[in-house]
Amino acid sequence: MSEKFDVIVVGAGPAGTSCAYTAAQNGLKVLLIERGEYPGAKNVMGGILYRKQLEEIIPEFWKEAPIERPVVEQRFWFLDKESMVTTSYKGLDWGKEPFNNFTVLRAKFDKWFAEKAVEQGALLINETVVTECLVEDGKVIGVKTDRPDGDVYADVVVLADGVNSLLGKQLGFHKEWKPNEVALTVMEVLKIQKKVINERFNIKDDQGVSVEIFGDATQGILGTGFLYTNKDSVNIGVGTTLSGMVKKKLKPYELLERLKDHPMIQPYIEGAETQEYLAHLIPEGGYHAIPKLVGDGVLVVGDAAQFVNAIHREGSNMAMASGKMAAETIIEAKEIGDYSERTLDSYRTTIYDSFIGKDLKKYKEAAHTFEENPQYFQEYIPLMNEAMHTFFSVDGTPKREKQKKIMAKMTAGRGKLGLAKDMYKAWKAVK
Amino acid sequence: MAKTLEDKQYLIRFNCDKKSHLEVLNHDLCATDCPDKACTLFCPGEVYKWEGDRMFVGYEGCHECGSCRIGCPHENIKWEYPKGGHGVVFRLA
Repeated sequence: MSEKFDVIVVGAGPAGTSCAYTAAQNGLKVLLIERGEYPGAKNVMGGILYRKQLEEIIPEFWKEAPIERPVVEQRFWFLDKESMVTTSYKGLDWGKEPFNNFTVLRAKFDKWFAEKAVEQGALLINETVVTECLVEDGKVIGVKTDRPDGDVYADVVVLADGVNSLLGKQLGFHKEWKPNEVALTVMEVLKIQKKVINERFNIKDDQGVSVEIFGDATQGILGTGFLYTNKDSVNIGVGTTLSGMVKKKLKPYELLERLKDHPMIQPYIEGAETQEYLAHLIPEGGYHAIPKLVGDGVLVVGDAAQFVNAIHREGSNMAMASGKMAAETIIEAKEIGDYSERTLDSYRTTIYDSFIGKDLKKYKEAAHTFEENPQYFQEYIPLMNEAMHTFFSVDGTPKREKQKKIMAKMTAGRGKLGLAKDMYKAWKAVK
Repeated sequence: MAKTLEDKQYLIRFNCDKKSHLEVLNHDLCATDCPDKACTLFCPGEVYKWEGDRMFVGYEGCHECGSCRIGCPHENIKWEYPKGGHGVVFRLA
């Protein structure tokens, strides 16, 4: 492998593949390197893929991509021990073209997406680990792989090597992530008959539901659980910041087992058969954790760049958008034959001017606020449940008195001022 | 439904290399400076087990998530990817 490429992309996840696809489509000579047996073999996500950003790469992809179901309903469950307050939105137009988002199974989806990049002319090499970037006079000129004689050269190397991004660390683009900048998530794929899923979730064959679960799902720690419907399986999972997991001495698989056994959850998954158990980190450091994105001959995309909006569970869409933006920058750089940091820097400004930079900036204090103030998850969700219980129980107490009691409970711990402050803080974090 | 971690791990395909991609750098540190042994708790594959006075690393069941590298309070774990094509092979999700 001594030939030289225009672009080497490290990692065939959504970010790397969309970069390889776009670059190859525009006539660049692209090498896409994947360490797994096949693209998707190492990748995990809860399963929600937004339509818009992939559509900009492959129009009407849903007609051939291995998607599970278009999501027509988003539910939010605020769990207490034996109750929950729920809210949801169901929109039937989301079940029609052009759709809003889909549930997907990553091993199937990533494999398909990478094949599309190959159709465009990218060369995909599986089962190959990039062990380091080759640097000469401060410029990245290629990569070293774990294959014999495995050095490969290119004008630009794109780091799409995922949340751990050992290569970004090697180049000094970021320090080791802090335990509060990553969320440890475990999930299971549970086999359930299509007919049973449809009945339990009140949907048709070609409709899906996503459920985000707060409060008791994570025992009050910052984090969420989730339940997503596939064609004939569901994904159930739970994740918290790694710092929260360490601090509370939790075992992630026990947290998941507890969620599966929860009396509010159990009826949805009763009788299911576990097909697979998966674990992964999610980069949730947000705006402040975005590493250096550009160097001489090198760009960083996707999870490796911490492009995840945890509040809206967006990640793979940002990965794809960033991969495409990186490719477009490289195409321009090739036109002028300059791959210096100064030229490639337009990728950075494009990112920060796009929805990626703007959304991450909007929520830049959110994770921090919720981590520093555990009362939101630990106190307010149980209080919400209690308030509903009190208000809707008919026991001869006049409603006005009930309202007074509820208000007294709400303010008992922190006082009226404390409650108001907390509400203001939460609003400020997400405004 | 799989209940225990053992049941769950049994469902996953691991194409193990002969050589470990995980290494505890200083075994004494685990014994003397780490009363919590956090890695034995949060690791989703229970790769780390404290047996007697030594940390055992069952790298064969590793999900390659990276938590141990980031979560070890003493930065005492050397973490690499398994050789190309080896390690965990997710099939469905």
